[in-house]
Amino acid sequence: MALHDLERPYDPTSAEGRVARHWFERIPTAYWIVVFLLITMPVYASNFVLFQIFGWSFILGMIATSLMFLAGYGGMVSLAQMTFAGVAGYSVAIFGESAITTISQGWPFYVAVPLALIVTVLFATGIGWLAVRTEGIYTIMITLAIAAAFFYFTRQNYDIFNGFQGFNSVLPPPLFGVDWREAIPFYYLTLFFAAATYFAVLYLSRAPFGLALQGVRDNPRRMAALGFNVTGHRVAAYAFSAIPAGLGGILLTWQTSQISPGTISLQPVIDILVIAVVGGLSHPIGPFIGAFLYVVLKTFAVDVLIAVGLGGERFQLLIGLGFLIVVYVSSDGLIGIWRKIRESRNRDPFRTREGE
Amino acid sequence: MSGLANMTGTENALELRDVSKTFGALAALSGIELVVKPGERRAVLGSNGAGKTTLFNCITGDFPPSSGSIRFFGEDVTAFPPQERIRRGLRRTYQISLLFHGLTVLDNIYLACLGVSRGRFSFLRPRRDDALVAASERLVELVHLDAVKDSSVSDLSYGQQRQLEVAMALSGAPRFILFDEPAAGLSPAERRELIEILTNLPSHMGFIIIEHDMDVALRVSDYVTMMHNGEIFKEGRPAEIEEDPEVQALYLGGAEH
Repeated sequence: MALHDLERPYDPTSAEGRVARHWFERIPTAYWIVVFLLITMPVYASNFVLFQIFGWSFILGMIATSLMFLAGYGGMVSLAQMTFAGVAGYSVAIFGESAITTISQGWPFYVAVPLALIVTVLFATGIGWLAVRTEGIYTIMITLAIAAAFFYFTRQNYDIFNGFQGFNSVLPPPLFGVDWREAIPFYYLTLFFAAATYFAVLYLSRAPFGLALQGVRDNPRRMAALGFNVTGHRVAAYAFSAIPAGLGGILLTWQTSQISPGTISLQPVIDILVIAVVGGLSHPIGPFIGAFLYVVLKTFAVDVLIAVGLGGERFQLLIGLGFLIVVYVSSDGLIGIWRKIRESRNRDPFRTREGE
Repeated sequence: MSGLANMTGTENALELRDVSKTFGALAALSGIELVVKPGERRAVLGSNGAGKTTLFNCITGDFPPSSGSIRFFGEDVTAFPPQERIRRGLRRTYQISLLFHGLTVLDNIYLACLGVSRGRFSFLRPRRDDALVAASERLVELVHLDAVKDSSVSDLSYGQQRQLEVAMALSGAPRFILFDEPAAGLSPAERRELIEILTNLPSHMGFIIIEHDMDVALRVSDYVTMMHNGEIFKEGRPAEIEEDPEVQALYLGGAEH
């Protein structure tokens, strides 16, 4: 150590300062409270809230996170994420068990589920390979076209997708003797995969692959000039995004015990975009917050409208208004609002620029 | 320059044969013949629109040439995409800032180091003793950006961004570097630092520098190529070029605008 190093004031954010603290000491208390609340949720929440509100939020959050990953880190707005989820859901119904025994192969879940994910990743790789040739609005258009094409294809094809009816009685396997469609097991099942998705995306954002993807977002031409294969990175991002989307699609199929063209029609396709944008695209927590808001609005808007004496059928209006307000006041969804509030609270009146 | 490179025969670092580039009816480059030996430091001078940056874009493959061939250390790279040329040890800096504004200084350099490494697609975060992270830290120090290494690039001053460009070009053991006006917009102190960095580069690292500042260009280069209207107009040692009456009339006259 050079002599001048000793004169340096102690800095807790330096590498030396960091070694002294364990990783769990660096996590703020608020995070521990959230973790505690989520784990103990079944103690004070009703089965309806666990299954319908949280279970659904976690699932939609996972699918929206796959979009957040592509759009936030890769700069590629894909409307095909719900389609990837649908491919996985259909695959599980086709390879596994359902009431449509003429089509469903009835293979055990440990074959059907991995196979469904593999099919989804391959499908997404193909779509990605097509979509990355375009930029901006054209990526949106091409993925929207793919989503629409897949919807009409499933509705008209009876040999594989059973047309308009789709598949019903697609149930989770009774693993460990647990009925995973019971409210409490389903809550923990979705919580587990939602948390896995959240942490995987967060981890990946600082790994070489994620950093390179952010480089591609900021400046694709420069990335090529640094030796990166920009097309390859973008296609790989699509392939990765198919995993959370596919898992979400399988869980969604199990939750509703069915999958049909309605699951992947343009309405849910757009809903995923709305959830991700309203939640915020800069951090993987955004899509989950957006999904929670969406599910709460979608579930209770009817009751609110009826309570104030309006027709219940106008609940979409309330949802639309809620999203309009969020998008209007913040450029980065609910995360953006949260950051603004925190910054204004932490602002030191004696300094012109506040540090974090 | 009597090292191993010369013993392998006529292998030049860079060899351009009859390279032309047209944009529609505009001939940005025509019939460029350019040979640079390994370890040579070449300055390319010329007024605005002479085709200097287009020349760089053809060499790196950002825009492939319309005709002609480009050999890099004996290998014909004319049809290679940019990343393949970069992986063979070619680097460049950009005249306009082409940095990753959403990322930190260290992340920018780390990406530059990563681009030519095998871990480009790795899903695992680098460990604290990762070789690329260490290499990035050394480059940050080399261009004196240690104090701002964790700042976002959008918070840097213009001069600091230029220095970051240079650091990114030096990442990952380059064999040959193209500097596109690295000194433009720098303060006199930053300019001195840049000259020091360029002159202290390892002797096997050749480069071509485009520079409007004659002082910088002639101080760091062994040989000078003058360009005019997309053609090579004159070549020679810095002293010869400086004395040449035609160059003085054209270049110094043109630079006064």
